[in-house]
Amino acid sequence: MENLSFTLKAPAAAGGARPRAIVGVVASGNLEVLAERISPAGACTVEIATSAHGFGAVWQAVVTDFVARRAAGGLRLSINDGGARPDTVALRLAQAVRLIEEPGA
Amino acid sequence: MSEATQSVASSSWFEASARQRVAALTDPGSFVEIIGPEQREISPHLAIFDLPVQFDDGMIIGRAVLGGRPVLVAAQEGRFMGGAFGEVHGAKLTGLLRAATEHHLDVVILFDTGGVRLQEANAGELAIGEIMRALVEARLAGAKVIGLIGGRAGCYGGGGLLAGCCSTLIVSEQGRISVSGPEVIETNKGVEEFDSRDRALVWRTMGGKHRYLIGGADAFVDDEAGAFRQAALAALDRPSRFGLEVLQAEQRRLERRLERFGAARDGTDVWTALGVAEPAGIPDLGTDEFLRRAAGKRETADDAR
Amino acid sequence: MTLDEILTSLFPEGHSIAVSDGLILGEGPLRDGGAIHVLGIAAETPLGVEGALTLARRVLDVAARDGAEPILVLIDSSSQRMSRRDELLGISEYLAHLAKAFMLAETRGHRTIGLLYGGSAAGAFIATALAAGTLVALPGAHPAVMDLPSMARVTKLPLDVLEEKAKATPVFAPGLENLAKTGAIQTIWDPRTPLARQLREWLATSAAGDGRDRLGAERGGRPKAAAIAARVVAEQSGA
Repeated sequence: MENLSFTLKAPAAAGGARPRAIVGVVASGNLEVLAERISPAGACTVEIATSAHGFGAVWQAVVTDFVARRAAGGLRLSINDGGARPDTVALRLAQAVRLIEEPGA
Repeated sequence: MSEATQSVASSSWFEASARQRVAALTDPGSFVEIIGPEQREISPHLAIFDLPVQFDDGMIIGRAVLGGRPVLVAAQEGRFMGGAFGEVHGAKLTGLLRAATEHHLDVVILFDTGGVRLQEANAGELAIGEIMRALVEARLAGAKVIGLIGGRAGCYGGGGLLAGCCSTLIVSEQGRISVSGPEVIETNKGVEEFDSRDRALVWRTMGGKHRYLIGGADAFVDDEAGAFRQAALAALDRPSRFGLEVLQAEQRRLERRLERFGAARDGTDVWTALGVAEPAGIPDLGTDEFLRRAAGKRETADDAR
Repeated sequence: MTLDEILTSLFPEGHSIAVSDGLILGEGPLRDGGAIHVLGIAAETPLGVEGALTLARRVLDVAARDGAEPILVLIDSSSQRMSRRDELLGISEYLAHLAKAFMLAETRGHRTIGLLYGGSAAGAFIATALAAGTLVALPGAHPAVMDLPSMARVTKLPLDVLEEKAKATPVFAPGLENLAKTGAIQTIWDPRTPLARQLREWLATSAAGDGRDRLGAERGGRPKAAAIAARVVAEQSGA
């Protein structure tokens, strides 16, 4: 397995008050994203475990792009990857942030 | 922890994730997960095979309310490792059933499993044994254990044996219950014995409709979360029974089944022997018509199991 | 040890145990009085619907009796019988029924001990060996979830790679030592000591709850199972 970790500046905080949210399934071509509201304000950490080695640059690009476009400050996003394509990754990241922003517990 | 719920347009049980099923089954907002994914209790064994883990190891457990009654709930994610039992996955269910005994709570198990994870074969097999022991003890303590089967992976191998220990089984057409899977039979005994690519054969032998007709399942429902919920509520209303008399009734029931259908070559032979109208057409029937044809003809397990 | 050697070592005074269609049925006297019911599977026979029913019937007969006559389950089986017919008839229910019967007998005071002396796999293993209150084995027994070559095919890993990994962990490869490490097997009996004595020693112990997960943790074969299960119980209790 390859483990990657990115911490990026994310000045806009994720909304809502839920402590955590999870989306996705670890299956072929899919991934799960666990969102936790535990990063320091102004930062977003993305941690990835993947069995596909050597795609660090792709992950960096996807993550950087996501954090630039979406308010994800204060979140740690943890990924278990089943070999998903970048667009699936981006989708799940968006779903995870949307879910953690939902009202309620 | 909840996941984004499916749109109202599709509440297919088959298509839903384990988390979506739990959310759809239980009273809104009532599910409290135990050892949730944020605990990161992952498999210690998959790394050796360079396989990705899932934070909940494919087994979601917790307490909830179902129709106003407190229950314990377990749901397998059939798309992670085929829903197969590994060390942690199994231990979560073992613990849940032990908690059911201690707290006199009914349990609902949402099966979706191909059996035991090969990469953790010994741990998975042992987990089945421990779950079975805990399940039986829970039933002896008066708890009901209700199994729901209608997912992509079916309920195979050790999962099939666990299903056979439940007090009530609810199945949809998509559900399958079996010990040896179609491919395993074909690999071991040849394609003449079982053509695993003949889907119609698979369903006539192991599928939800056949299991319901031969008495291997107690309720047959649409592939729809609301239907599973209704059937689970009805099952929770039944009295719980387990003990020597129940097993003696089960012995008689299984002996009778062997006498009645022991010479059958195919599911259609069984349905013919049951006296079901137009047996060859059974697989194509919608739920309502199927239930109408099954009524009064199917085998039941009402005082057994 | 062959089955005959095992039976002679267990019951030097004689016994009424016979094998028919791969099923072992009978009784053997206990030195301190009374008898132990003996049943099981011989000659690596697969366990099908008929066999499961026959064994379950005997177990339930014992369970219905007063008194505390124990049950010895001798195991040299293959897997569940793999056939279209067995699946059509619902072998999952037949095997589950056998397992439930053993567990019920145990709770009704008829302690059950499984003695694995040959093969056993999958559904047959679960319904017999894992359903007994205690499981012991003799050296030379060869339980298996799946043989390594089949596992290699299914996991699409080369066999030698799988064999290497099997050296690093007891959690997937077949074999007695691995099953002992994971906690399935309580003790490996000594074939050079009279089995009757070892049986007596077991009978002198008291029935306990299911401690296999703790055994697996102690022996290092299953590092997480016991703790996870205990935590689930604790978290529900704290609710």
